[in-house]
Amino acid sequence: MKAFTVHTGLAMPLDRANVDTDFIIPKQFLKSIKRSGFGVNLFDEHRYLDKGEPDSVNSQRPLNKDFVLNQPRYQGASVLLARENFGCGSSREHAPWALDDFGFRVVIAPSYADIFFNNCFKNGILPIVLDKNLVDQLFKEVNAAEGYTLTVNLLAQSITRPDGSVIHFEVDAFRKHCLLNGLDDIGLTLEDAAAIRAFENQWREKSPWYFRSA
Amino acid sequence: MSGQTLYDKLWDSHLVKQRDDGTALIYIDRQLIHEVTSPQAFEGLRLTGRKPWRADANLATPDHNIPTTKAERSRGLEGIVDPVSRIQVRTLADNCREYGITELDMNDIRQGIVHVVGPEQGATLPGMTIVCGDSHTSTHGALGALAHGIGTSEVEHVLATQCLMQKKMKNMLIRVDGKLNPGVTAKDIVLAIIGEIGTAGGTGYTIEFGGDVIRSLSMEGRMTICNMAIEAGARAGLIAVDQTTIDYIRGRPMAPQGDMFSRAAEFWKTLVSDVDAHFDRVVVLDAADIIPQVTWGTSPEMVAPVTGFVPDPDLEKDSSRADNIRQALKYMGLKPGTAIKDIKLDVVFIGSCTNSRIEDLRAAAAVVKGRKVASSIELAMVVPGSGLVKQQAEAEGLDKIFIEAGLEWREPGCSMCLAMNADQLPAGKHCASTSNRNFEGRQGFGGRTHLVSPAMAAAAAIHGHFVDVRDILLDTARS
Repeated sequence: MKAFTVHTGLAMPLDRANVDTDFIIPKQFLKSIKRSGFGVNLFDEHRYLDKGEPDSVNSQRPLNKDFVLNQPRYQGASVLLARENFGCGSSREHAPWALDDFGFRVVIAPSYADIFFNNCFKNGILPIVLDKNLVDQLFKEVNAAEGYTLTVNLLAQSITRPDGSVIHFEVDAFRKHCLLNGLDDIGLTLEDAAAIRAFENQWREKSPWYFRSA
Repeated sequence: MSGQTLYDKLWDSHLVKQRDDGTALIYIDRQLIHEVTSPQAFEGLRLTGRKPWRADANLATPDHNIPTTKAERSRGLEGIVDPVSRIQVRTLADNCREYGITELDMNDIRQGIVHVVGPEQGATLPGMTIVCGDSHTSTHGALGALAHGIGTSEVEHVLATQCLMQKKMKNMLIRVDGKLNPGVTAKDIVLAIIGEIGTAGGTGYTIEFGGDVIRSLSMEGRMTICNMAIEAGARAGLIAVDQTTIDYIRGRPMAPQGDMFSRAAEFWKTLVSDVDAHFDRVVVLDAADIIPQVTWGTSPEMVAPVTGFVPDPDLEKDSSRADNIRQALKYMGLKPGTAIKDIKLDVVFIGSCTNSRIEDLRAAAAVVKGRKVASSIELAMVVPGSGLVKQQAEAEGLDKIFIEAGLEWREPGCSMCLAMNADQLPAGKHCASTSNRNFEGRQGFGGRTHLVSPAMAAAAAIHGHFVDVRDILLDTARS
């Protein structure tokens, strides 16, 4: 997994609560057996005016000029400012894959759905939880100032605003460690292979009915 | 010290290692696999040269994007018209073969929606930890198993290590007390619960459903309830084990048999929350207040009783909530104050991991029997949850009842619940659907979904608009 240390990027506001993972990446693009290439279909149903298919030539599709992602002032954005319960619904990891492939490295929202939140960390995306009022304030500031850029420092757990003021955020210590170092979760877990084996043996002894072949 | 909740017990019994920072390594007993969220996980194994830790803990079946028409299905893999879907279904078969994982392939009579197949085969057992790269894995909690959806990176993690890194959730109890009104089903209960606590109400919690009404439900009804725990934000839903659970499991092919079954059943009976267990949050609903439910918006929490009305955003005090309602009504093409019963329908879908089991089909068939689908309905389809459900329904003659009434009888799969295959709701069309999500575009680009129970969907098919199924059931009883 790629590491996350410090990121400076243009913020883009997505002013909508309960953005679900169908909204982030519609189902027809889930037929791919790859992990990459989802960025052009990020927010597909809102970003384009027509219905996209896996074989569509996206550069020729009509854009929804009103959608925030298409507005000139947000081109190149890499920090996504969002509302409550972001990423709810389907567990599809294609949602963070699409965000990442498009170029978003940070999401800031008052709350997330659990599975999406977890999936972000597996893909080098930092989902930050901030107080609702503070997120509200950031929405106002982004809307008011073109070129609104934030610097996110994971080690320091800080967000620096354009005026130099700093917001502190909380992050789980283990996830922070993995993200800072770009650690491979599986490799890390396999360091405990002996403990897993030992657990498995006693569990099989105690509950053999869970060890019948599927 | 207070006692343990069922969730506490399941967690403790699967704890491999606890870290100081609160994360834990949890052992996984069963992984269910389907074609959409697994190819990249298998690819990950290949790239790192890793092997499954315990291949026999996994069970696979294709469901999300396989076709449901007989014409396509009868020709096997090669019959799948969509080339991209065909590659994905074939990739699942290839991966299972390569890694020694049992797959119930598309022409196996046992194939079906992964969350129907697991319990049906006895691959889902009380006391297990169960994961799948699908958020509706919460379904299996109905059997007293700790079950939740995961992303593809975690699918790979479980394949390679038989474990997951987890943080313990908080405990929530949702109790439904009293006695259920006639004509009201598990689907109505869970929609009412989501209406009460909201789509994020269960975030960070494992929800245990309890109370007299939950206890009185069949296993299939309990699965419907736990299935939609995720729509309330909770990754896992749970229902305590009782005699109903044990009776359901007995004799299922992958369940323990004979003496081992008896020993297992003794253990499973301990899988209940202690009377003095502590829950971080308790929500109580009175069953007397619950009548058939219909969603009017683009989130499962946007729900009303069938006797109710589409809300008026101007009357909503919270401005962000008012905006959400406005956005939803615009997408749904509905006016504030419209009676739910006046919502006209174009399509009816009976199926999905929420409501495609035999009892669901019986409930729908009872409503349409001897009646005809309204002429204004463009498509009404019934998609059984598995090949075995289909076989059972046909043995009972339900297929004939549906076909005579004018509904299509399809092959098993996820179908129009998420519309990855050809079964798509056209833009602007209203669909009475027994599925679980009414998100924008979920059932098809621009499609308008109303979530209801199987009986309510069937009644809507007959009338072309929503009706209170209790009126129909009364008529049927009289005649």
